[in-house]
Amino acid sequence: MSTTVSKKPEPSPLGGEHVRQSPLTRIQHLLHAQATIGPAVVLLVSIVVFALMSDRFLQPGNISLILQQVAVVGTLAVGQTIIILTAGIDLSCGAIMVLTSIVMAKVAAETGLPGLPALLLGFLVGTACGLINGMLITRLRLPPFIVTLGTLNVFFALNLWYSESATIRGTEMPSLLLWTGETFTIGGTRITYGSIMMVVLVAVMAFVLKNTAWGRHVYSTGDDAEASRLSGIRTGRVLLSVYATAGAVYALSAWILIGRIASASPQAGQMDNLDSITAVVIGGTSLFGGRGAIVGSLLGALIVGVFRNGLALAGVDVLWQTMAVGILIIVAVSLDQWIRKVKP
Amino acid sequence: MTTPVLQARGLVKRYGKVTALGGSDLELLPGEILAVIGDNGAGKSTLIKALSGAVVPDEGEILVDGNPVSFSTPIDARDAGIETVHQSLAVSPSLDIASNLFLGRERRRKGVLGTVFRMLDRNGMREEARRQLDALGIMTIQNPGQAVETLSGGQRQAVAVARAAAFGSRVVIMDEPTAALGVRESRAVLDLVLQVRERGLPVILISHNMPHVFEVADRIHIQRLGRRKAVVDPKFVSMSDAVAIMTGAMEPPEEAKLT
Repeated sequence: MSTTVSKKPEPSPLGGEHVRQSPLTRIQHLLHAQATIGPAVVLLVSIVVFALMSDRFLQPGNISLILQQVAVVGTLAVGQTIIILTAGIDLSCGAIMVLTSIVMAKVAAETGLPGLPALLLGFLVGTACGLINGMLITRLRLPPFIVTLGTLNVFFALNLWYSESATIRGTEMPSLLLWTGETFTIGGTRITYGSIMMVVLVAVMAFVLKNTAWGRHVYSTGDDAEASRLSGIRTGRVLLSVYATAGAVYALSAWILIGRIASASPQAGQMDNLDSITAVVIGGTSLFGGRGAIVGSLLGALIVGVFRNGLALAGVDVLWQTMAVGILIIVAVSLDQWIRKVKP
Repeated sequence: MTTPVLQARGLVKRYGKVTALGGSDLELLPGEILAVIGDNGAGKSTLIKALSGAVVPDEGEILVDGNPVSFSTPIDARDAGIETVHQSLAVSPSLDIASNLFLGRERRRKGVLGTVFRMLDRNGMREEARRQLDALGIMTIQNPGQAVETLSGGQRQAVAVARAAAFGSRVVIMDEPTAALGVRESRAVLDLVLQVRERGLPVILISHNMPHVFEVADRIHIQRLGRRKAVVDPKFVSMSDAVAIMTGAMEPPEEAKLT
């Protein structure tokens, strides 16, 4: 090797000096710049592994099943993501969804309200629930964790009260409410309209976050609320709009939920509150706010769906599926902590 | 006498029983760098916050180009052409440089894409960010699409200064811009301060660092016990005299007094 040391030009103090990086540091920087690469790789690897473990995994029927199973949590995760991006959390999302689904179904079943107005009423209820969360957080300045822990119980109780703990059967509802469970066929794979709605919702929200001022403000509010305020962003309004939007998104989840189970049950979606947070976290969005992406959350929901389905096909007991998801969460959060330590 | 670009008269701000400002004045003349120095608790920060709209004074008035104004939010001050570089920089680390430069005043695309779909003009903002950074000689930041958290302390400061210089039409206020920086980074940021003045924008520079103050300031405003003690010409006082006036150990000499 050459032993002469070439005189490098003095780097400017405001300049980016190029330091030789180790491969690990390079991976860290890459993940830092593109947070969705991690979950995308995990999803691809797990699909390949499960396909090798079971012939049935990649069959159209099974793919269709995974997509159906993921659609409800996948849409909830969209609302959850925009809230977590603002450094908040929503423990009440599942309760809002169930309450909304009961309102849509029961009002239509009891009063004979047609499908469209019933649906709109549901969106109104979902948005209102989100708005209540947002008001409590911005006006009373309570932590989102506490507010949504409270409203989780409030909304769930309202749901039990209004439904009288009874399930509304699909046959009692207008067909529009069940439309999300209907399917069409592409290349032998039956796909529900609900799954398509999830993908469209993810695309729209990803576009809005990336390309509108509101989207930039969601990120900056979660990143540094005080800096955003000094930059002239009305952070209270941003938070309020985020929680209200999330509420509307949960109403969409409610519609998909009704289609999925072909009924409206006050006991449905009990696990979905936490599953949506799981999807967001595995998808690479930071719980500290300001960092992450909607597409990551869809990937996160798909990863959980693929793991559960693949392990089941491989004949692994349900308890190990649950453990696998638990380990995934911890790995994802550790990865996030490591990525955040990136040095300039 | 020329009309001050920015003027404060008898500003009072009390926090409960504590008087942070006890009738403070300030004048910023066109095209100058006015340094504001003072001991801890002298009311520098409160004075600056009042001028940048972050604090509403209890009494007194603020005039821009001789016209009385009242700022109730930082946005009001910004609309009047007063930009502030806060000590905390007020940047969002995870967003890119261009997004930070335009944070809170994003540009939308022309036509339907902008009005109906509310799409941001990302390319336009990046180009403008590039132009602003180049104009201040910050060529070393290669890519305005880079996240701010990947920048060094001095580069972040440069981004915050570029934002203020880009949008400040009357006044740029800088609160301790060199406090967290090393020697060479401080040097570069002081050059930025001088360049902002060269563009014809007057600057209010708050600093604890006497060598920095004496190097760039045209006049030095000395704040003491919530009031303006004196405005001195840095050519006629020494650094130790300035510190002595600041701490009350010495009265300002008549020949150095400008106000």
